[in-house]
Amino acid sequence: MTGEPAWVTAVLDALAALCLVLGAFLTLSAGVGVLRFENVLARMHAVTKPQVLGLILLLLAVAARVRSWPVVAMLALVVAFQLVTSPVAAHMVGRAAYRTGKIRPEDLDVDELPHGDDENENAGGPSA
Amino acid sequence: MDLVLVVAVVLAAVMLVAAATLAVVRVERGPSMLDRTVAFDVLTTTLVGAVALEAAWSRRTETIPILVVLSLVGFIGSVAISRFAARERPEEGTGRRRGDAAVEGAERNESERLDREAAVDTEHHGGSPDGEVR
Repeated sequence: MTGEPAWVTAVLDALAALCLVLGAFLTLSAGVGVLRFENVLARMHAVTKPQVLGLILLLLAVAARVRSWPVVAMLALVVAFQLVTSPVAAHMVGRAAYRTGKIRPEDLDVDELPHGDDENENAGGPSA
Repeated sequence: MDLVLVVAVVLAAVMLVAAATLAVVRVERGPSMLDRTVAFDVLTTTLVGAVALEAAWSRRTETIPILVVLSLVGFIGSVAISRFAARERPEEGTGRRRGDAAVEGAERNESERLDREAAVDTEHHGGSPDGEVR
């Protein structure tokens, strides 16, 4: 960009480099975790790291490189959408794992998804 | 171009490629459809990261709407597959006790596994005969 001192460019580029490496490392950790962890829930745990923090770091790097407010607004939109949608997906996958018996009952401290007798106390709970 | 940035971009690209490769290995191995779904989420995230990396490298902004779209629709696949994997049985919700769903699911899983093993035909490797999502 024109009109900014050289040290600003240098600092922002260094910030971008740092954020890129950290974000990509989180993505790599998710890849390792999804391959090596034992069951669906552990793998889901690994996946959430790059979905939120990794994405924010990578987009911070983009913002530090591009340095234009309209682009930053769009990147904020990306983060907002990701924050809204990834819990939905995680919820659905976790519930499907529970209902199809991929979770060992003895692993659970609290089982908050019983179906049956006490369903009425839990009105408004998961119905479908 | 600043040398630090070049090194960072190359390093990040290598890590993203490695992450995508590991995720593809998990997609191939399964064993259940939910594991594949979770691994595919990693693949989607890696794709977003790759597009962001390219945008940061070249300072182009045309690809950023792709990120918006991916973050909006990336979860639909997981939700759809989970919805089918969580197919409920007719008697669901009637006279069942705490933990029944998990226990029955485990039993069903076991019987399905036995079915699958019984269905292995040394001449045909087309997978199990029924079309249920596992």
